[in-house]
Amino acid sequence: MLLLECPWCGGRNASEFAYAGEPMPRPDPESAGPAEWRGYLYLRANRCGWTRERWYHRAGCRRFFEIERNTQTHELRPVGGGAGGPDE
Amino acid sequence: MSEPMPMPMSMRLPAQPGEVIDREERFSFSWNGRSYPAYSGDTIASALAANGVRIFSRSFKYHRPRGLLTASHLDPGCTIQVGEEPNVRGAHRLASPGLDVRSQNTWPSLRYDVKSVNRLAGRFLSAGFYYKTFIKPRRLWPAYEKVLQRFVHGGVIPDRPEEHDAEARFYDKRYAHPDVLVAGGGPAGMAAACAAAEAGARVLLVEEEHRPGGHLRWGDAADLTLLAELRERVSAAGVEVMCDAVVLGRYDDNWVAVVERSPAGPAFERLVKARAETLVVAAGQIERPYVFAGNDLPGVMLSTAVRRLVNLYAVRPGERAVVLTANGSGDAAAADLSRVGVDVAAVVDARHGEDVVRADGRGGVRWVELGDGRRVDCDLLVTATGWTATTALLNMAGNRPVYRPEAARFVPDLDTLPDTVVATGGVVGDGTREALCEHGTAVGEEAARRAAGAAEQSGEVPSRAWPGVKGAEGARAPSAPHPKRPDAEGLTPEPHPELIHGRTHGFVDLCEDVTSKDLLSAVEEGYDSAELAKRYTTATMGPTQGKLEILNVVGILAEATGRTIQEVGTTTWRPPYAPVTLGALAGRRLEPVRHSPMQRWHEEHGAVPLVAGAWIRPDHYGDPGAEAANVRENVGIIDVTPIGKLDLQGPDVAKLLNLLYVNKWSKLEVGRVRYGVMCAEDGVVLDDGVTGRLGEDHYLMSTTSSGAAAVWEWVELWLQTEHPDWRVHVTPVTTAYASINVAGPKSRELMERVTTGVDLSPDAFPYMRVRRGSIAGVDDCVIWRIGFTGELSYEIHVPSAYGLHVWASLLAHGEDLGVAPFGIEAQRILRLEKGHLIVGQDTDGITQGYSADLDWAIKLDKPDFVGRPELAWQRQRGDHPRLVGLLPLDADTVPPEGCQLVEGAEIVGRITSSRRSPTLGRAICLGQVAAHLAEPGTEVTVRLPDGRLTGARVAEQLASVDPEGARLRV
Repeated sequence: MLLLECPWCGGRNASEFAYAGEPMPRPDPESAGPAEWRGYLYLRANRCGWTRERWYHRAGCRRFFEIERNTQTHELRPVGGGAGGPDE
Repeated sequence: MSEPMPMPMSMRLPAQPGEVIDREERFSFSWNGRSYPAYSGDTIASALAANGVRIFSRSFKYHRPRGLLTASHLDPGCTIQVGEEPNVRGAHRLASPGLDVRSQNTWPSLRYDVKSVNRLAGRFLSAGFYYKTFIKPRRLWPAYEKVLQRFVHGGVIPDRPEEHDAEARFYDKRYAHPDVLVAGGGPAGMAAACAAAEAGARVLLVEEEHRPGGHLRWGDAADLTLLAELRERVSAAGVEVMCDAVVLGRYDDNWVAVVERSPAGPAFERLVKARAETLVVAAGQIERPYVFAGNDLPGVMLSTAVRRLVNLYAVRPGERAVVLTANGSGDAAAADLSRVGVDVAAVVDARHGEDVVRADGRGGVRWVELGDGRRVDCDLLVTATGWTATTALLNMAGNRPVYRPEAARFVPDLDTLPDTVVATGGVVGDGTREALCEHGTAVGEEAARRAAGAAEQSGEVPSRAWPGVKGAEGARAPSAPHPKRPDAEGLTPEPHPELIHGRTHGFVDLCEDVTSKDLLSAVEEGYDSAELAKRYTTATMGPTQGKLEILNVVGILAEATGRTIQEVGTTTWRPPYAPVTLGALAGRRLEPVRHSPMQRWHEEHGAVPLVAGAWIRPDHYGDPGAEAANVRENVGIIDVTPIGKLDLQGPDVAKLLNLLYVNKWSKLEVGRVRYGVMCAEDGVVLDDGVTGRLGEDHYLMSTTSSGAAAVWEWVELWLQTEHPDWRVHVTPVTTAYASINVAGPKSRELMERVTTGVDLSPDAFPYMRVRRGSIAGVDDCVIWRIGFTGELSYEIHVPSAYGLHVWASLLAHGEDLGVAPFGIEAQRILRLEKGHLIVGQDTDGITQGYSADLDWAIKLDKPDFVGRPELAWQRQRGDHPRLVGLLPLDADTVPPEGCQLVEGAEIVGRITSSRRSPTLGRAICLGQVAAHLAEPGTEVTVRLPDGRLTGARVAEQLASVDPEGARLRV
């Protein structure tokens, strides 16, 4: 089981978290056409290698945070811009 | 004719220096109905062997007699039934007084097994026979299944195991957080555990056998001296030792699963889930069998089996032995046998090209043919032809083993391992007992260093000092891992001749009854890769999973396909390393349930429970029709505590509500409540409920009972990821309040009797308003006037500790009004009469807002809300299914929920809700219908589950009772 680094609580078992997928920027609902909107709804890069992921610490602090995970090696690293932990 | 009874313990030797049996403690147990004596410390197999028993089972396909091969947990010929427990490893499980032990899958007896005719039919049971036989004709499959079932090679489980001692005993689970977990308690593993613990690490040592020590246990006097020292050190260093326990797998980030097979206490078995900073793999080596004709006969044993029997259990493995040896273990076995007086008729030295051609005999070895043509009579043939490094856990950490032809085994490529996994002992290489301990010590110290470094890096609060970690003061251990692997030096695999098979064909996989000939025919048929041949022949797919036979399989395939062993490659060992019971994986039955503070009252008053998610709540109290009628005529109260409740506070709550609900919220005044529907971004209906504004910046949101958790998460998602600047604080209060709906024409009168501080008159407290006041003396209750049932009603939320008190007060004060409780079923009848939809019942995972008759609620003129674009497009297309009221033409037939609506062969909708309405005395329904059938008055065809067709008419509106809402607004 993966050990996920919650920016608020530290390393915890992945079973404490809910996977919330690749973060997708929300298109402008006023101007988005069906193709753009459905891309936001359904299309994910699903990259082999480093991906950016959103997780929810459901059985912990209940914060959503983002983290980068290598889908080949399961290495984890903080998102470049910072994941919004308590120090920020 | 009965099996001759040998003299009790006729094969027991005089006391041996390393024996693990306690001769002071003698008892008896039964084997196939006959009583046998044993000593404490005996395994079932060693006790039987001491009494001269040689046959323990019949083989998988051919029902050949099988005896001891490894005399360890792995032994393929020694799987037995113990009481009600099937598939027990008889060469591992300890004997105990009164055990009822039986052989498995034999009839009428182990000695005269009828199914051994399979041996004659062997040519029909060749490689891939599962795939070739029993295929056609298809209609005979049930018959084939019955035939095959009789051949299933397993024990018997009791019909109803839960009736037995399930109350007193269970499968347990435990979590562990060791700094260092050592898998394997041989000399290297023990030394590593000591070194790590002496450096300050918390160490867990897992050993599959009943005592740690590995091969030292059956060694010479010096081995036994070292063993005693190591055991003392392990205990002094404070290492937690788990014996009769095995590491099943290593997963991401050193998540390690361990099963304890005989934990202290009442548990049958215990699954330990450990997160180890550093994993030390000290799993040792497994001796390989040799392939030749007759290699499965009782009396053919590995050298380690002989050494275990003689030295641990003081059992004479035979009377006259031939020893085929290619290494020190074989030489030592020959020496052991001579020492205890077994006649060693021949020592065949494979290092000098000598060989064994075949063994033969009925029911056991009687003679052996040697490579030089000599025929030697004997009842024991010992083989020592090589080793397999137990790399399973290393494979699971990403390692791919490399074949070393000069040592005739696969060895781990240590450089490919992560820093958190290190190896020591026989899995790495060979060495003297001193070299093994030295290597283990170095690896153990480094494992502790790495664990300390990882703990410091992750900012873990130091719970203890690390006195022994070199270069570290207290908790400040160096955080950078050692640049060089500590396990790469000191132990190398010794040269060993590559011995896989002799001149004749024999069994490769003794669990699955696969021969070398089967492998060759698989190759001939085109299954020439290890993975294909393995699946086709089922070699390595039995209980030992290749631990004994993998190199033999690979070697024979390599030879048959003209490749090298490295080219064929070994198969990947995946978890679990060892067979594990389903009970251990399932663990203890712990299913928490939720219930309201009034549940005890419900139970005492005949409530029939309804399980709804984690909640247990009353479905009805005997007569749901009467309960519903009482709500229409008098007043009823229902426990609706599971309704989800979120307390929302802050200046931006209205913005949040406007975003998440499809309708408008900016103008909701303090003191009002409003019904709202949430859709997801794809426009699909997600949840609904009412939300009330309690104060300027204070709202109470209700959700469906089943959606409470998901809506909370949904609210947090939007607040945290899209609008972190909004000032809203969310507190779930579902269980902080007990919720009661008081419904019916007399509900106001009843409420007036118990409420203080709230004017309940229709003008002061109209429909869709919220007030706060005191009920039955309980302050801080929230009262909202809403009407899911279609009647005048008040939903009250009271601090949950007072829930039962308020419930009882309502009943006490309303006796003359005819107050009675009602359950979920009555509520469902009432809401269906009123045409109120239930999300998840009248909608499903693809029902968008306009398909749920929510046109009136969806406000597309709001600039933005979740799901708005999809809803706008849905409305534009206009071709969506509609939710409508349906009145069956036959008023007495209630079409079950889920019935299809059909137009010829086409499905054009479905019944989503249906009941008999007690108010109208007829069947009423809600249903989703295709757009062209949605006009009121349209007749649709309903297909009943039995295939009959019946008609229904689309109603004017969803509500069948009081569509104008007059009863609600009184």
